[in-house]
Amino acid sequence: MNQTRQFTLTATTIALFFLTGCGEDNAGTGASESADTNRIIAIDGSSTVYPITEAVAEEFRAVKPDIRVTVGYAGTGGGMKKFIAGSIDICGASRAIKDSEKKSCEEAGADYVELEVAFDGLAVVAHPENNWCDHLTVAQLKEMWRPESAVQKWSDLNPEWPAEKIRLYGPGTDSGTFDYFTKAIVGEEGASRADYAASEDDNVLVTGVQEDKHALGYFGYAYYAENADKLKLLAVDGGDGPVQPTEKTVRAGTYAPLSRPLYVYVRKSSLSNDKVAQFTRFYLDNAANLAREVGYVPISDEAAAINEERLSGAKSE
Amino acid sequence: MTGPGLLNRQRRRRIIASMFAFSCAAAATLCVVVLFLLVGKIFSEGAAWLNWDFLWNLPSRHPEKAGIKTALAGSLWLTGLTAVISLPVGIGAAVYLEEYAAVSRWKKLFQINIANLAGVPSIVYGILGLAVFVQLFTLGSSLISGALTLSLVILPIIILATQEALRGVPDSIRHASYALGATRWQTVRHQVLPAAMPGIMTGVILALSRAIGEAAPLVAVGAMAYVPFVPSGPTDQFSALPIQIFNWAARPKAEFHQIAGAAIIVLLFVLICMNVTAVAVRHFYGKRVRW
Repeated sequence: MNQTRQFTLTATTIALFFLTGCGEDNAGTGASESADTNRIIAIDGSSTVYPITEAVAEEFRAVKPDIRVTVGYAGTGGGMKKFIAGSIDICGASRAIKDSEKKSCEEAGADYVELEVAFDGLAVVAHPENNWCDHLTVAQLKEMWRPESAVQKWSDLNPEWPAEKIRLYGPGTDSGTFDYFTKAIVGEEGASRADYAASEDDNVLVTGVQEDKHALGYFGYAYYAENADKLKLLAVDGGDGPVQPTEKTVRAGTYAPLSRPLYVYVRKSSLSNDKVAQFTRFYLDNAANLAREVGYVPISDEAAAINEERLSGAKSE
Repeated sequence: MTGPGLLNRQRRRRIIASMFAFSCAAAATLCVVVLFLLVGKIFSEGAAWLNWDFLWNLPSRHPEKAGIKTALAGSLWLTGLTAVISLPVGIGAAVYLEEYAAVSRWKKLFQINIANLAGVPSIVYGILGLAVFVQLFTLGSSLISGALTLSLVILPIIILATQEALRGVPDSIRHASYALGATRWQTVRHQVLPAAMPGIMTGVILALSRAIGEAAPLVAVGAMAYVPFVPSGPTDQFSALPIQIFNWAARPKAEFHQIAGAAIIVLLFVLICMNVTAVAVRHFYGKRVRW
């Protein structure tokens, strides 16, 4: 090591500490309201909403290449924390904002607009060679998935079904899909039996179910749609007869209780920035097409009209 | 002891000896086979997707249009910044512990601490990075937050490797230097560090190779999944190769699993380059140091 190299190393270190110090001014890119040219539109939140937002951001880039948009998927809860703290402009959510989060928003002075962008159905699936079961009632699903469930074999659900062990596959506890399913089926968010094969990666669940004749699993409809030839989709009976998830039943809400709306929340203070306003406008105009493309169900015309009302209301404030 | 008993015992000992050798060989083979299976599967899936466009395209929801330009740039930025931060601190700490600190209870405590830190899972550093760099220092989910966090992950490794290298320098060198009237600084600067350099650089490069493959701590500090621009400074938001791979591997479409494979090949290539550099550095410096 010679003298010059030593010097360079020291100089770089000092420069770096200097940069670190300056970082404070630029770091909170999201919430700063100055309309500077480097303004980045920062988006985070649910991994379920991510594919739509990513598609919108990609298409937006084709139209406005100089507006920078970044998208992450910290999960609905993680995204909301950033949203309240003001480090992002837009938060994707696979559930409506919670009361506790609403309160935090009020306290932080973070006014927001709620926009519905798509519908997602949860698919309950079995192996294609399963020829005994075409649909399950919500009561059966609850019996099967509740904590400390006694259901071990298919025959425990219906005596006519084979006395074979049901092998269960489902998302892990960090997943929004898990939260939604447990709340809709078991009745309490997070309440689930623990002795099932869990993975945060839905592809693992698809593989698990397709390789096991007596398996049963649940995950987002988009993953079923990609693997429809390898899986058998079960209808769910929520009290009005068995219903299969299709674009129509999911959107109309008749595929109950396993269809859910997906949201994005936009900070009102961010909307006053022209770039964020342009992006939000673009999102609403293209959400329907892009949602279908990535495997979700577009919202109804009524919901679209409500979105428009909310957005123009927020702008006129 | 009778004759046949002795023979039996000898035969048994020989059988045990050869069984042991066999199981060791089997363990070694298993490692290689797993590696080959892994690399083979990745290449069979990903190689077809690998071309210049893949390296230069922006992330996309269409696998045939998707590329790793910004993720690769993010990874290179991260590695560079991490090196700049962790090198002086890591080598400095090791030099202090080996060359300056007197043998005491405190030194022992330091030493045990560093050895334990080397075994802490990287996600724990990620959570620390989120609390300290992102929130407390308000650096945001920026490259510099990521690099500082990765520096924490690899600092213990650099310190331990550097200490090992410093210990490899014979004391006679130090004594000779002192005998000629050199100060401790001069001894460290002109004798010990140059002699230990091959070991230090190897350790540093291997530690950086670990940093470039980390995803968990970056997810914790908020690396983004979709970043359609190359970061222009340390305060920019970023994505990185492992994040991009993780993102693609979790998608429903099979094509994305294949381009995840292609991205893994690129990551492996970068890693191999770094390891080759480590070997070259060792060879180059090793030649110059003769006692």
